[in-house]
Amino acid sequence: MRAKSPVYGLMAEFDDPNALVSAAQRARREGYRCMDAYSPYPIEELAEALEVRTRLPLIVLIGGLVGCLGGYALQYWVSAIENPWNVGGKPLHSWPAFIPVTFECTILVAALSAVFGMLALNGLPMPYHPVFNVSRFALASRNRFFLCIEAKDAQFDLQKTRAFLQTLQPREVSTVAD
Amino acid sequence: MADHDSVEDPLHAIAGTGRPPVIAPGHTFGTVTDKISSIVLTRRTSPGWWLGFLLAFALMNVMMISIAYLVVKGTGIWGVDIPVGWGFAIVNFVWWIGIGHAGTLISAILLLLKQAWRTSINRFAEAMTLFAVACAGIFPVIHTGRPWLAYWLFPYPNTMGVWPQFRSPLIWDVFAVSTYATVSLLFWFVGLIPDLATLRDRSQSRVGRVIYGMLAMGWRGSARHWHQYETAYLLLAGLATPLVVSVHTVVSFDFAIAIVPGWHTTIFPPYFVAGAIYSGFAMVLTLAIPIRAIYGLEDFITLRHLQNMAKVMLVTGLIVAYGYMTEMFIAWYSADKFEMFVPWNRMTGPYGAVYWSLIVCNIVIPQALWFRRVRTNAPGLFVIAIIVNIGMWLERFVIVVTSLHRDFLPSAWGNYMPTIWDWGTFIGSIGLFLTLLFLFVRFLPMISIAEMRAILPEAQIDEEPRPI
Repeated sequence: MRAKSPVYGLMAEFDDPNALVSAAQRARREGYRCMDAYSPYPIEELAEALEVRTRLPLIVLIGGLVGCLGGYALQYWVSAIENPWNVGGKPLHSWPAFIPVTFECTILVAALSAVFGMLALNGLPMPYHPVFNVSRFALASRNRFFLCIEAKDAQFDLQKTRAFLQTLQPREVSTVAD
Repeated sequence: MADHDSVEDPLHAIAGTGRPPVIAPGHTFGTVTDKISSIVLTRRTSPGWWLGFLLAFALMNVMMISIAYLVVKGTGIWGVDIPVGWGFAIVNFVWWIGIGHAGTLISAILLLLKQAWRTSINRFAEAMTLFAVACAGIFPVIHTGRPWLAYWLFPYPNTMGVWPQFRSPLIWDVFAVSTYATVSLLFWFVGLIPDLATLRDRSQSRVGRVIYGMLAMGWRGSARHWHQYETAYLLLAGLATPLVVSVHTVVSFDFAIAIVPGWHTTIFPPYFVAGAIYSGFAMVLTLAIPIRAIYGLEDFITLRHLQNMAKVMLVTGLIVAYGYMTEMFIAWYSADKFEMFVPWNRMTGPYGAVYWSLIVCNIVIPQALWFRRVRTNAPGLFVIAIIVNIGMWLERFVIVVTSLHRDFLPSAWGNYMPTIWDWGTFIGSIGLFLTLLFLFVRFLPMISIAEMRAILPEAQIDEEPRPI
């Protein structure tokens, strides 16, 4: 256990997605919790192995409801209260005519919540992150797969964790500077 | 429904499956990444690109000049007058926004339907959508006559005490098109983030690393990132699907809610949506066929893609043909002499030649797509796609102009002839579209690299984890 360490964690590099998924499952069974896996494309099994959860659907639902109610309220307020204008004898609160704009506002706010919610939950934009200190990590966006066990994990020990990662048959294990 | 197309292309020689692959055999994570990113990163800008870009840029300036002159003189420089108050501006708006439907359709609806073949064409179909919507957006704005006051269309508190009229389909259109433009941009950009990270990591130049790095926003490809990302992408697809259907529906309301004979019909929303998909796929084929040949992307955009797109065109083209027949039938069934006059006047009136050309372009010639030999012939498909593009433009011309030019009273009849400024703005908008497209293929990966990796055979995860 090292709270303030110059080391962010230890990173193992793998050649193929199966090795990474197995490694993540092994590390989890060994009791490691503070870790992350990096791959050049989404791997569903990896998210399962690391037990990643997301609250994004709830955020999008709330965004959609806000857009829906806000869009309708805007039209009602404008047409019936602020600017009551008789058009062709139609009622001031002519709700069927308000549906298309309400629909568009629902989609707009829900989509904005999906994108900005995703970025916020991922902590992006993030100009600096320690994993980029490993020069081979540039291959994480091409064809290599990485598992990083972080130093803040209760079980982390520079020697023991390194030895454990070596048993997973990685290409290489590197120390990630913080 | 086995699909046994395929012969001339060597890529199809994949044993045992009978179906041409969506990606040629032999590719790995590395080769896919290098092949697509090298188009952007390492290749020197080719003389052909410069030639095409400069031609497109020159064409775009025709539009800039036409619009500048419009701002100076007013809409009197156009052919519009009473009774035809909606001329080229509305024809072009509907045409471009229709083209802009294929991108979201391919990205969202085919994603939800789990069609793996969408992967190599979705990125540039989305880019095409954005550029087409940008072109479309210009026309209603300049059609207002005072484009510098276009912000009056949005509801905001102002000293005039005036608010938009929410009972008008024209204001629905403002919301539909601006929402569509925003959501398409978000969808496209979210899809680009992992690829921007790839470009950041692979760029040799400092400028490239900085710019792609800022755009990638620190993407690391971590399992947590991907999980949120996939959820967001799926939700966006789910939101974009009803949106794409609503946009052309709302555009059709601009016509259908009016009481003009030829416009006031309930077939318009479905028939406009089908027409939009039809013209959108035609435009994707028009662009995909030369691009795959020029950049050597036949491994990724295979004959399977071209065939599938041809099939979508065939189906939507038949729906459009059904729409034409329904228009005729309802005109007759209405027993209203003004309604009955409209189709008769379309076929035999002053714009009869335009009407018959549209029938030939949209209905007769595309029937060749029933034949597999046509669907697997890239140059042939290219020609048919261009013919459909022209046909769909003519269709919008017929809808807008022939319905207006014969008013209820013969004393109010008139004719519409576009002026050189109408043509300049229209042809120039194609220049704007192509300019943006040239910049896109030069600076951004035109195929989604991350999604291509995911459909490779080596991306398969074993059912049982390997013991270590």
